Amino acid sequence: MSGAVPDSRRLPASFLATGSSSFSEFLGAHAPQLLPGAGLPEQGRVDVPHGTTIVALTFADGVVLVGDRRATMGSFIANRDMEKVFSADEYSAVGIAGTAGVAVEMVKLFQVELEHYEKIEGTLLSVEGKANRLAAMIRGNLGNAMRGLSVVPLFVGYDLETRSGRIFSYDLTGGCYEEQRHHSVGSGSLFARGALKKLWHPGLAEDQAVDVAVEALYDAADDDSATGGPDLGRGIWPTCAVVTAGGVRFVTDDRLEELVTALLARRRSNPGGAR
Amino acid sequence: MTLPMYVSPEQLMKDRADYARKGIARGRSVLVLSYRTGIALVAENPSTTLHKVSELYDRMAFAAVGKYNEFENLRVAGIRYADLRGYSYDRSDVTARGLANAYAQTLGTIFTQESKPYEVEIAVAQVGQRPEDDQIFRLTYDGSVTDEPGFVAMGGASEELTGQLRERFTPGSSTLKEALALAMAVLGGSAEERQLDAGQLEVAVLDRRRPRRAFRRLRGPLLESLLDQADPTADVPTVDDARPGPHDTLTGEAPERPERSDGREHTNPQTQHPGEEHQDPQDQHGPGAGGGSTEGQET
Repeated sequence: MSGAVPDSRRLPASFLATGSSSFSEFLGAHAPQLLPGAGLPEQGRVDVPHGTTIVALTFADGVVLVGDRRATMGSFIANRDMEKVFSADEYSAVGIAGTAGVAVEMVKLFQVELEHYEKIEGTLLSVEGKANRLAAMIRGNLGNAMRGLSVVPLFVGYDLETRSGRIFSYDLTGGCYEEQRHHSVGSGSLFARGALKKLWHPGLAEDQAVDVAVEALYDAADDDSATGGPDLGRGIWPTCAVVTAGGVRFVTDDRLEELVTALLARRRSNPGGAR
Repeated sequence: MTLPMYVSPEQLMKDRADYARKGIARGRSVLVLSYRTGIALVAENPSTTLHKVSELYDRMAFAAVGKYNEFENLRVAGIRYADLRGYSYDRSDVTARGLANAYAQTLGTIFTQESKPYEVEIAVAQVGQRPEDDQIFRLTYDGSVTDEPGFVAMGGASEELTGQLRERFTPGSSTLKEALALAMAVLGGSAEERQLDAGQLEVAVLDRRRPRRAFRRLRGPLLESLLDQADPTADVPTVDDARPGPHDTLTGEAPERPERSDGREHTNPQTQHPGEEHQDPQDQHGPGAGGGSTEGQET
């Protein structure tokens, strides 16, 4: 790794090359061994932690992104308080499902990518621009995905042009698709999507939107063993990012505890949440 | 008889140095000043898009005089260096000293080996927790690097400006307003007496009270009130403008903080130290805020 950054020599030519404002392109040219998932063996499969369910939905002022906290290795719980929802920059957030190690590294590169562009160009990337940069990173991981080390993010951003929240989903080849209203990825996504269809309404307020997202995640955890439900004993709540014109904000643990407690009370003797 | 003319190494280096110095002397000057709550970077630059000062990393900034295309090249290289270092090690491992060394080696090699030296002079500033911890490195066209205590003046009349600053400036104890007033007086008086105004200056600060990215450009009503001696504004707010969009500039146009119900610090794999995490710039209060306008805000 130390070969990538010269300590006391002149900056290599690639540092002074003109043209690209992209950090990942620079990294690919100058130090490809530092790209997420680089240098993993070509053959064989390994058991590594996987992240599970991410839920996103739009509301009146923006978009909410929620993730559970469990990472699994097969039927084994590898981590019960892992964070899978991150702010990418001031106006966007990304949630990750799939191979945890590669995914977290990819989010880290994505954050540097956006800040790097900001510093060099002196302006913010458009929401589509950010979504496409992430798509290029997913595409770069295709070789690993074919060996089972896939990363499936869900990207949300506040569009300063249209003044609305937007959701983008991805496939393993880097295909980037804009989703309307709400979406979910990961092992529990089928159940979360079912819940979202029934719970989401146009023009939700922020509080309601967070409530719906937490409830959809609860339904995912109800039927998917790899998705972690709220853990009252340990005080582990979902990670919940709210992206609006005011930037990215994470809902506090205290607020999440209130929401989860109320949800559990509603579900007592009504486990399916019929209404 | 076509004997190649012999040029002594001394003469060669002197010619190159003269060439670079002449190029730099044509440009307007840039000052970097360490004040109580940060570091100010002041350039005489009427352009609002072709910058002479710029953000490098969380606590680091870049200032330059000379040929734009050459120092722009160095600026981008510095951002790449800092981002690569922060990405492969940790954000806290990016230091101005490391970058200044890399710049020195680069400029030194270009000076001796390329057909023409860079006609630039640059400064790398890193803001610390206290004014004593501030670091300002000055690099010249031949790769010489100096660690300047408290202030740097670069450009055509740099020696004269440095002399004036040495007499009139006390680094670390001045307020931003005092530092800017002095900068304006010194820059305006360098050639002939001129009265500079906000439109001719490019001003930015590294605010030591901010938690992560400390660099902010100053423009608009905020800069005007800071430069106006009759106005009580003595420092920049530690809260960004409320308007949505890029928050690299403080204009003072919309100082109110937007209504925000509750918030937790970001979960950011890049900032691995809990407590020092990247906060949303809207929510920044700055630890131990000194003279700013941060009173009366709820967390």
